[in-house]
Amino acid sequence: MIEVKNVSKSFGDHKVLDNVSAVFETGKVNLIIGASGQGKSVLAKCLVGLHEVDEGEILYDGQDFCQMSSEVRRKIRTEIGMLFQGAALFDSMTVEQNVSFPLSMFSNMSKAEMLDRTNFCLERVNLAGRNKLFPSECSGGMQKRIAIARAIAMNPKYLFCDEPNSGLDPQTSILIDALIKEITYEYNITTIVITHDMNSVIEIGDNINFIYKGQNWWHGNHKTIVSTDNKEVGDFVYASDFMKQIRTKLA
Amino acid sequence: MNRIANIGKYCLMLWVVFSKPEKFKIFRKRTFDEIQTIGINSLPIVALMSVFIGGVIALQTASNMDNPILPDYTIGYITRSSTILELSPTIISLILAGKVGSNVASEIGTMRITEQIDALEIMGVNSLSYLVLPKIVAAVIFFPILITFSMTLGIVGGWLSLIISDLSTTETYLIGIRYYFKTGDIVYALTKTIVFGFLIVSISSFYGYYAKGGSLDVGRSSTEAVVSSSVAILIANFLLTQMILL
Ligand SMILES: Nc1ncnc2c1ncn2[C@@H]1O[C@H](COP(=O)(O)OP(=O)(O)OP(=O)(O)O)[C@@H](O)[C@H]1O
Ligand SMILES: [Mg+2]
Repeated sequence: MIEVKNVSKSFGDHKVLDNVSAVFETGKVNLIIGASGQGKSVLAKCLVGLHEVDEGEILYDGQDFCQMSSEVRRKIRTEIGMLFQGAALFDSMTVEQNVSFPLSMFSNMSKAEMLDRTNFCLERVNLAGRNKLFPSECSGGMQKRIAIARAIAMNPKYLFCDEPNSGLDPQTSILIDALIKEITYEYNITTIVITHDMNSVIEIGDNINFIYKGQNWWHGNHKTIVSTDNKEVGDFVYASDFMKQIRTKLA
Repeated sequence: MNRIANIGKYCLMLWVVFSKPEKFKIFRKRTFDEIQTIGINSLPIVALMSVFIGGVIALQTASNMDNPILPDYTIGYITRSSTILELSPTIISLILAGKVGSNVASEIGTMRITEQIDALEIMGVNSLSYLVLPKIVAAVIFFPILITFSMTLGIVGGWLSLIISDLSTTETYLIGIRYYFKTGDIVYALTKTIVFGFLIVSISSFYGYYAKGGSLDVGRSSTEAVVSSSVAILIANFLLTQMILL
């Protein structure tokens, strides 16, 4: 479980996060949603310590992450898998080397075991056999999927995904959502997914935090989000004409 | 003020760089890769520069030898001394500051702005030690080899130019090369080289690692890396010469 308590973060005069509190539960898919530029990525980066928070606490299973020394943080981070919004693959390494990189750094697996695990992860994102390509030879969606494979390679305890299915076609998108949901339940992971994809929201949102104006404006789940009368959430969910039609049908 | 803050930040960076590598096997492999990129790939340019500089030094000395008191082997003596003491260690290091420095700064800078360094950190990797330490070790090991190679080629270049333009004979040149030879000169030159190699790679890594923004900024920090490491080489050269030769 990751708890966020009264976190604020500014860049210069620009207050991006304003007193955000949230609870991300273990064994559930926790979503952070919200419009572009509202501070979702910044929140995720604060959670993993890539940005230092100005105020507030971040608790990993009760331990205050902000107060930890860099060594202890590093320990915790070996249990974190993260998918960056821009994939952030190592461009000097092949797909296989990218996925097996955390294994080679932190596990005691033999070469053969590492290859097995790498192939397994690549299979799960539908990229079996693409081992020898370089990131620059892969499409944007493929890079995203490789990054997901790398994030899950170490069987993380905490999984962060920043827009896992932006840039993917609807079918692959559904596949990735299903994968995230499946491993979360199977390995009892604390999963945090940032998304604006309404389909994912409805499909996998066990626990949804809606970030608006730097605040945790609303929280609920995939059932309550379609029925809430919160105006900002409604504007977000029913932005498209298609969704508006669905709402009138449902009503 | 900014400059002083940067020096402080640089020292702090070195502190983190020199922590124990996570896995020795990976560190060793990365070091060999870096010896390839930083060292072996620099051999052609070093060879080219050294032969020509050595050649020109010999020609210039020969053309200034009007004084009959000076023995003919002075040409060899001066070519050797200037090559070993200054041209190879300092001038070639300055050229390598351009080549290696911009390469290192842009590689690390690109990794920074594309969040690859963040990705390393998230996995729990000490990114500074992982990225920078192998480069420093590679430079400190391989720069002396490069410079020794350059000294040899500089002297060969001098000999070639004299023979081609018929200004001296092989025997006389060899006497000059051997005349009053001090091993201390080589030690001094290679000590300088190790310091220069360390400065080039660590300063360029610093500029790359703390790059911010986009590709334009990576370009800017790689320029700054080259300028700062060149200045550092000149200052270190002055201080080391004071300390060792005097
Ligand atoms: N390193 C930074 N320095 C200064 N400002 C930043 C930095 N990172 C983010 N911001 C600002 O913080 C705000 C929130 O950015 P963030 O990346 O969290 O948006 P987001 O909610 O993830 O949007 P999107 O859905 O488009 O990814 C933006 O206004 C951005 O300008
Ligand atoms: Mg974002």
